[in-house]
This record gives sequence, C-alpha cells and structure tokens, in this order.
Amino acid sequence: MAWLVNVLQIVLFVAASPLLVGWIKKLKCWSQNRRAPSILQPYRDLAKLLRKETVVPERASWVFRLSPYLIFAVAVLACAIVPLLAVHLPTAALADVIVLVGFLALARFFQALAGLDVGTAFGGMGSSREMTIASLAEPAMLMVVFTLAVSMGTTNLASAIETLLHQLPLIRPSFVFAALGLALVAVAETGRIPVDNPATHLELTMIHEAMILEYSGHHLALIEWAAQIRLMLYGALLVNVFLPWGLAESFDPSSLGLGLLAIAVKLGGLAGLLVLVEILLAKMRLFRAPQFLGFAYLLALVGMLIHVILEVG
Amino acid sequence: MMTPRFSLGFLQDSKLLLEAWLGAGLGRLRQRSRFIAATLGWIGLLLLALLLLGRQVALPFCLLSVALALTSGLTGLWADKYPQLVAQVCFPLLLWSGIAGLTGGLIAATGQFSQEITLPFGLPWLSWHLTLDALSGFFFIVVSAVLLAVALFGPQYVREYESGPYSPGLLALATGLFVAGMQSVLLAADAFFFMIAWELMSVASYFLVAYTHEKAENRQASFLYLLMAEVGALFIILAFGVLVGFGEGFTFAKMKATELSLAWAAVAFTLGLIGFGMKAGLVPLHAWLPEAHPVAPSHISALMSGVMLKVAVYGFIRFSFDLLGELHWGEGLAVLVAGSFSAVFGILLAFQQTNLKRLLAYSSVENIGIIFTGLGLSILFYSEHKETLGAIGLIAALYHTLNHALFKSLLFLGAGAILQRSHESNLERMGGLISRMPVTAVLFLIGCLSISALPPFNGFVSEWLTYQAALQVSVLDSGVLRSFVPMTAALLALTGGLAAACFAKVFGVAFLGVPRSHHVQRVRRLEPLSVLVGMSWLAGLCLVLGILPASMLRLLEGVAISLTGVGLPSSASHGWLWLVPVAPETASYAALWVFLALGLAWILAFRLLYRNGNRAERLAYPWDCGFGNLTPRMQYSATAFAMPIRRIFAGAFVVREEVEEPALDPGRGLRYRLHVDDRLWGMFYEPVAYALRFGVRYVGRIQMGNIRVYLGYSFFTLIFLLWVTS
Amino acid sequence: MQTLSSLYDQIVFLLAALILFTSFVMLAQTRLISLVNLFALQGLLLAVTTVLVAVVQETAHLLVSAGLTLALKVLLIPGLLHYLILRMELHRTEDPIRRPLGLLLGAASLMVFSYYTILPVVHLSLLATRNLIAASSASFLLGMLLMISHRQAVSQVVGFMTMENALFFLAVVSTYGMPLVVELGIAFDVMVAAVIFGVFFFHIRESIDSLDVDALSALSESTVEEIQQGENLPQGE
Repeated sequence: MAWLVNVLQIVLFVAASPLLVGWIKKLKCWSQNRRAPSILQPYRDLAKLLRKETVVPERASWVFRLSPYLIFAVAVLACAIVPLLAVHLPTAALADVIVLVGFLALARFFQALAGLDVGTAFGGMGSSREMTIASLAEPAMLMVVFTLAVSMGTTNLASAIETLLHQLPLIRPSFVFAALGLALVAVAETGRIPVDNPATHLELTMIHEAMILEYSGHHLALIEWAAQIRLMLYGALLVNVFLPWGLAESFDPSSLGLGLLAIAVKLGGLAGLLVLVEILLAKMRLFRAPQFLGFAYLLALVGMLIHVILEVG
Repeated sequence: MMTPRFSLGFLQDSKLLLEAWLGAGLGRLRQRSRFIAATLGWIGLLLLALLLLGRQVALPFCLLSVALALTSGLTGLWADKYPQLVAQVCFPLLLWSGIAGLTGGLIAATGQFSQEITLPFGLPWLSWHLTLDALSGFFFIVVSAVLLAVALFGPQYVREYESGPYSPGLLALATGLFVAGMQSVLLAADAFFFMIAWELMSVASYFLVAYTHEKAENRQASFLYLLMAEVGALFIILAFGVLVGFGEGFTFAKMKATELSLAWAAVAFTLGLIGFGMKAGLVPLHAWLPEAHPVAPSHISALMSGVMLKVAVYGFIRFSFDLLGELHWGEGLAVLVAGSFSAVFGILLAFQQTNLKRLLAYSSVENIGIIFTGLGLSILFYSEHKETLGAIGLIAALYHTLNHALFKSLLFLGAGAILQRSHESNLERMGGLISRMPVTAVLFLIGCLSISALPPFNGFVSEWLTYQAALQVSVLDSGVLRSFVPMTAALLALTGGLAAACFAKVFGVAFLGVPRSHHVQRVRRLEPLSVLVGMSWLAGLCLVLGILPASMLRLLEGVAISLTGVGLPSSASHGWLWLVPVAPETASYAALWVFLALGLAWILAFRLLYRNGNRAERLAYPWDCGFGNLTPRMQYSATAFAMPIRRIFAGAFVVREEVEEPALDPGRGLRYRLHVDDRLWGMFYEPVAYALRFGVRYVGRIQMGNIRVYLGYSFFTLIFLLWVTS
Repeated sequence: MQTLSSLYDQIVFLLAALILFTSFVMLAQTRLISLVNLFALQGLLLAVTTVLVAVVQETAHLLVSAGLTLALKVLLIPGLLHYLILRMELHRTEDPIRRPLGLLLGAASLMVFSYYTILPVVHLSLLATRNLIAASSASFLLGMLLMISHRQAVSQVVGFMTMENALFFLAVVSTYGMPLVVELGIAFDVMVAAVIFGVFFFHIRESIDSLDVDALSALSESTVEEIQQGENLPQGE
C-alpha cells in the first residue's frame, strides 16, 4: 500500500505540475485584465513539442542529447523525496533534503554544460548567469535547511514534518524567517520574476531561456516539463514544511483524499501569492540578484540566530 | 586447457607484463588475455601471502612499497644514459610499489592493531622508529591509489621529456625519492625520522617543480616553494620541540605521554597548525601552491596536489589528535575558521583562473579548506566531549581527504593528457575536445562532477557528512558556537555552489563548443590505453566511493576508533547500503538506491519519449536567435564565464583591466588585458617580505667582507660559548 | 491554561522576533519613505504586544500605553516624518549604504554578541521572559548601528526611536510595563523630541542645504578638500 501511494504521488507530481503552471498563468491573466488561455494549455504545449521534429545543432555532442533526460530524471527522482500527499513514504528515507539540493544541482550542472555545448554566445551567457545565481542561491537554501535541521534535529523531510505535525499548535519565529528565505530562494531557483523572467526572449535579460535556446522537439518538452516539476517541488516544499496541516499520516483513502484537497488548496493559494509578487515587481537587473539572494541568506541566518536566542534558552 | 596454463603460466607471463611496459603502454600488446592472466596471477599471489601470513604482512608490505619506490628512484640514476629505463623500469616499480602499499594499507586500516619496527639507522642513541597503525594505513591507501594511476599514466607522458633538453634521470630519481619520502612520513614514529622523511619529500619535490627550469617564472615558483616548505618545516620542528621539551624523548609514544599546560598546548598546536598548514596550503599560507603545482610535469602535479597535501593533513591529524591528545574548543574554532576561509577563498580564485593547472591548484586550496573544516568541527566536538560527533567530523575529513586525492589526481592527469595532445594549458584556447578525446572527456567529466560535490559521486558524500557533523551543533552548550558553526556550514555550501560553477566552466570551455585555436583543432584522435586505464581507475573509484559509501564509512570508523577510541553508534544498524551517521531518523542517504532510482527514471523517460516516433533528429546549423555566422571566437570564454562572480566578489581580488586601442586603426583590433591577483599577496606576503628586507639591511652590516673581522666573530663566539659552558 | 500560557509565550516570542526583524530590515533600507513605514510597522507590532500583555496579564494601565504607542509611534511620528520628507523633497533621495551585505552580516554578528553578553542575565531572569532580554538588547544595538551607518538625518531620528522601541518592548514584556507616570513622561519626551527634530531639520537644511549629516563637517574649520576626501571613506566604520 505504501509503495502504491508512493508511486501515485510521483505520478501525481509529474502529471499535475503543468496544471500548476496553467493555473499561475490563468491567475496572472485575470489579474491583468487579459483573456486567459485554458488551464490545460501547458499540457497542449508539451504534447505539441513531443510530437514535433527534434532539431539538433550539428556541432552538439552527446552532452547536449543526454542532458534533457538527466534533467527530467532528476526532477522525477526529487518527486520521490518531497512529501506531497502523505508523510511516511518508503522513498522519503532514501535521501534527505541536502541530497535533494545536491541532485537539483546535478541537473543544473548538466543544463549549464548543454548551454555551452553548442558554442553560441547566448548559451554560454545563460550558463554563466545560471551558475552564478545558483552558486549564491545554494548557501541560502542550505541555511534554510540548517535552520530547520537544527530546530527539528533532522535533515530528513518526512521526520521533520512529522515532528511539526505533532507539535501543533506552535508558532516558531525562526520558521517565519526560514519560510521567507526559502520563498526567495525558490523564486530564484525556479527562474521567476524578479530574478528571471520565464516569458522573456530578450537577449540580454534571459537566463534560463538562454541556456535552452538551441533545444527543440521532445528535448525541449523534457526540459520544460522538468522546470514545471521543479516549480511544483519548491511549492510543495514551502507549503508542506511550513504549513504541514492536511498531510496524510496514514494511507487510507479518506486521509489521502484530505491530503489531496489540502495540497491543492495550499498550492493554489501559493500560486496566488506568486502571481501577486510577479505583477507587482519588475525583473531586477542581474547584478541586483546577489543582493536579493544575500537577503534570503540573511533571513535564514536571522532565523537561525533567533532560534538560538529565543527558542533554546 | 585454460586452467593449467593460467595457474602455472602466470609467472612466465609476468615477463610479458614487463614487456607490456617495455612497449610503454598496453596499447601495443597483442595478447591482452595473457596480460590479464598475469596480472590476476600476481594479485592471487598477493592474496595467498595474505591468507598465509595474516595481518602480520601489513608492515612488510608497506616497507616493500617504500623500498620499491626508492629502487625506482635509484634506477633513475642510469636513466640519462638509457632513457628507456624510465618507462620500462622506473614506472613499473612505482606501480608495484603502489600495489604493495595499497595491500599493506588496506590490511592496516581495516584491522585494529599497530605494528612497530625499529631500524638501526640514525643517531646513535635514537634509531629510526616505524609504526603502522590504522591512520597510517588509511593514508597509505590514499598515497598508493594515486600512485597506481600515476604509474600507469606516466610512461606515455614522460616520453616527451626523453628527447627534450631535460634530464629524464633527474625526473625519475626525484619522483622515486619523493614517493618514498611521502610513504616514510606515514610510517615515521619518532620526530627525528619524521623530519628526515618530511625533508626528503620536500626537497625531492622541489627538484620536480624546478624540473623545467629554463623559464624564469618556473625558477621563481620553485624557489618560493622551497622557501615556504623550509619555513613550514621549521614550525613543525618547533612544534615537536615543545612536546619533546616537556616530555621524555623523541619517539611518538613518549611525546604522546607528555603532559602540557593549557598555554603550552596552545603554543604547540599553533606551531603545528602553521607548519602543517603551510604544507597543506591553508590560506593565507597557500602562496606557493598555485605557483608550484602548475609548473611541475602533470603526473607530478597529480602526486603533489593529490597526495603530498594529504601527507600534510596526515601530519596535522597525527600531531593534534594523536600526540597532543587533549584539545581545546578554541583550537577547533581556529581550525574551523581557517578551513572555511581557505575553502571560499580558494574556490573564488580558482574560478578566475584561465590556466587549467593553476585553476586546479587553487581548487586544491579549496578542498584542503573543506578537509580542515571537518577537522575543526571534529576538534570542537571532541573538546566538548561529544566523541561520537567528533568521530563524524573526523570521518568526513578523512573521507574528503581520500576523495580529493582521487578526483584531483584524475583532473591533473586529464589536464596532462590535454597538455600532451594539444600543448595547451590555457582554457581560452581550448574547446571542442570532446570529439577529439572522447574517453578522456568522460573521465574528466567524472572528475568535474566529483569535485563539484554533486551526487552520486564521492565528493558529495564527504560534504554531506561534513554538513551532518555541522548540523549537530545543538548539542554544544555554548550559544555562540551554536550560532557560529552553521554559518561556516553555509560558507561550505557557498563553496560547493562556486565549485560547481567553476568546473562547469572548465569542462564547458575545454571540452564543449568548438576549438578556439588552430592547434587544438588539429589534435588527432589518439588516446593511449595505459593513460586511459590510469584515469579510469581513479574515475571508477570516484563513482564506487560515491554510491557505496557505507563500507568506506566502516573503514574510516575503524581509523577514528583507533585514534580516539569512539566510533559511531548506528553506522551498522541499517546495513551496508545506507549511510546513517547519527541516527536513522536524523539523516539517511542510500546512495546506491538513489542512483538506481535515478537510472530507472532515466530509462522510463527514455522509453516513454524516445519511442514516440520522434527518433528522427534533424541536424541543423545552430539557431542562436537567428544571428548566424558563428565563429569560434563568439563562444563564451572562460574569462567571460567567470565575470559575474568576479564582479560580485570584487573584494576578494585585485582586478586590473586594460583596454588598448591601436592608434592607426581605431575601433579594430582592440586588446583587452585582465589580471586577477590574489589579494593576500599585498596584504600578507609583501609586508613580510618588506620587513624581512628591512631587517636584512641591518643584519647585513655585520657582514663586512673582511676576513679578519669574520675570524673575530668566530673567536668571540668561541669565548662566549666557553664562558657559558664552564 | 497551560497551553494558553505557552501560546502566549510563543506569540510574544514571535512578536519579539518580528520587532527584531523590522530593526534588521530598517538597517538595509535606502529609501527614507520605506524606512519610516517600517518604523510605523514596528510601532504597530509594539502596540499589539502591549495590548496582548495587558489582556493576558490583566494590567489595565498597559492599555493606555498601548494607545499612546499607537497614536505616537504608528500615526503621529511617522506622519510627521512623512510630511517632513515630502516637504523637503527627500522622497527621491537615496541614503546610500556602502557594502550592505557587510553591514547586515555585522548586524547578525551583533545579535550573537548581544546574546553572548546577556547570557548571565538570562540565567538569572524569570522563566517566562528569558531570552526576550537578548532579543530587545539586540534590537537596541541595531538601532544604534542604524544611526551610525546612515547619513540622512531622518534615518538617525528613526534609529533613535528604534532604540526607544526596544527598551519599551523590554519593559512591557519583562516587567509588564513601567509605572504609568513614567510611561506618559517618556511618551511626551518622544513626542517633543520628534517636534524638535523636525524644527532642526529645517534649520540644518537652511544652513548647509542638505540633510546629509556628513555635510555637517563643513561647519568645522577644515577645508573643502578634506571633506571631499572624507566622503570617499567607508561610512559608519
């Protein structure tokens, strides 16, 4: 039963991630008084990309062809680690959150290599910027993890969430900061405004898009899909760690159904927040990003200090 | 038919094995199966010896290893006359030295015992004491694993020097002595022999650094290296001196029994940290490292960066954990700060380099920093009597020691292979090597992934362990330490992120894209088998240590137990696939399962999507937003790749940029020059050098040049000494 | 009752953390308007804390000080500062900080330091209020750092008021407020101080045509070149 739920969760993660993106687009259009595309539009895009012919640059090496599959596989693997519906999944103990960060970094490494592989100026530019931002986001991310880990006594997501669920009601000031910090990191890592703009193809501002400029067909579909999964991963991480209510602790249908409902509501709400931020802020120039991420790091750091000062005694 | 030939014929086939080396490389060998049989036969013989003699063979094997390395060096004396000796005798001897050392080291590291022997050399009242225990055994593994790869890689590489202006004999002699020196340091059990072995290692490696001496900067680099090595050695002697002065004698056993007051222990520790840190390349004592490592031949760079720095780490661990024993938390904090600072500073400077070997040298500073971070955590925990957690920190540091030895040697050998094929060490003129050296590219990529601490490779495991140790700070009583340690852990995370960016740059610029220069474009597709075998051995170990970390953890736990008597409570509780340093609910990592799951996801994605009638790929000219007419110079360069970090962390470097515009033809042929220098040169070394010069000017006054005055000095010294002694 | 009181503690801790956080964020602000807004937010948090303490601990006079806090620190002083900023057309000027990340890291280490210095007191203090002393002392020091690191006179006023906020917070949560008379006196002082500051702003600007306090050095007898050199030095260190 546990394994069944586990597989179900991974499938749900992979299958529902375009829906989340569709929902974000819909909210964004509504908020800007535009006519919204169907919420299913991301699925159609993916299906179309999968059907289309794949054009590969003639000078590309195997790194270029391998990377999309690796990126996608890492995203799927990460779905096995982050709890979505239920807490105790067999695969959750395989790896802790540091390993998760490591695997996401592996995917990013290959994406950067693929950007350099074709030998165009844009690809290299995208890779350089992506790696720069990632190298600054990683300490902030891990600082958040450390704040959690030191106060929970574990880096294992399932154990941490379980501890949290059983300590409610509880307001931990350090968590407020950690949550804010993680939100900032998530914005940077998933390439949203104000760090990167997923909709841009303006040469000088794009980061993620510049790296994948040469991809097409099913390669592009895999990369886009992996990016959507990553967005959902960070979303699930945020809401399930900091607002764990509703997560199923047993595997009977009713609590799973409740878990599904809870995560849908939480992610839907989070998407609303994201849209609000995106329509209020403009994209920063690249060299403001370090300050943004430095702020995320400091938030997490202050969270840690407040934990030490206020919560331990 | 095969079996009897196999069982009896392997000794005979060993001649063939030697012939393989006579042919300088496996590539020429026709009868590979016989070669393999011979190798297996030798390994079988070793195992038999093990079985018959048990663990008693550990020390003899290690001594054999030292002797073989010495013989290899001495053979080099004739190599100037017969240059083929280098490839045919010296390197095979090193190979066997590596195999013997690996066997001895493995036995010693897995068993809880120590073997001692006293050799009748040295001073009349102090013969040489040699001891092999788990710690020495582990470092023997580190040395030997790299030595094996270097011995396989070397014969091809040194061919170039056989016909050149340099003496192949000197190279072989110094290499053999260098290796023997490093191995002897690991065995030494008294201060006197330790220093002899240490100096043998330093001086022999000086000759290797100075090997290509016709360039002025190489001579400068080697001088700086020798200078700092000797200053470091002085500090080590002083550190030993404190222990000897308050204790009974020169052997390690007696030094261990020395009781020191807190202040003197701190003095000894500081001296030791400076001395060993200088050899290991801790910031700010690292200045020699990025100068010396790139200058030496590549397989020597691999030995220096991969192994010699580790011998310094060994010295530090032996000195602080074993000889000093009781450590104070302040000392742990000092090591932690020095380690974190080295890690961040090293990788920032590595990222800005365009010379591949120099980049790798700076990255060694970073990795040494990570190792010392682990050691610092360990000392912190030990000093607060949290022995279990201290063991985790120590194990993380030791694990990273082995890992860094493996992947850094792999990368240096890869850089050597590139250098040999294309005569290019500047990243800005490389590119597209993946199609010209395909297997080297894969192996180099494994090295890059490992050093960037990316799973599922070994670098990640050791960083993960370091994080786990750092995250246990909540057990410490002091709130200040509790809030400080996570900050250093976050610095470690920054280091990891920057390392990934740095090595994405290295691999992307060197191997991907299209060649940026003609000579790189003309590189022929030729990769000698022996070179590939040497590198594959290291790359394979990187992967194995990454996906099967638990068995290595068990071995290292033994080392920690032999050093401090405490291991990990739960390491065995979950079986050999799970990495559980503290407790299963705290953190666990099943590397093999994760690796398999990743493979499964990959295969699924591949099966599902590649089937769908979209197998047809169309090759086309790169799109590049429709600009077209791409030239190789339009690719992103290494300098450009590193530019954002250069700007963000501008405070860490001294950056000078110049743009020259030719007067005749404005707008065309602009020249751009960029120098990124180590800020610590100006902050730390130049004041020291200035003070030294200032002081020397005064001291110089007593040097008149008049022979009678000098005689007078001797005379008065004699009188003074007589007065003192009477 | 047990859970309720622990919930009360948790909320007070959260408010302490938020007040500390507002001090922290103020340090990084370069826009005067947002600085003042943050100050108002901090005042609001302070008022909420006071009301909470008043209700839970049933100390009625704290309600009065809560009202005073709300009126003065959330409405009156921020309003006054807003007015001044708009009046003097400072809302577009930036108050530049050199090395903002360095400053914030310094602030973080200041927090550790204040914790370290308060440690003996924390051990002596009552169970319910332990650690709050450390938090408010850190907030106090951050206010001081704000005054040192910023150049605009408005920021310095805000920094001063932040220090006062930190002390007030400590008084409320650890001793359930000071006697009403004292509090009234302090509130009155703060208000008078704000008014005097406002008047001074005009005078300073009339005499040196700027609110940059570094420009006040021009009133000394040093030469113009020295001042320009001084402007190139890192600020607040």
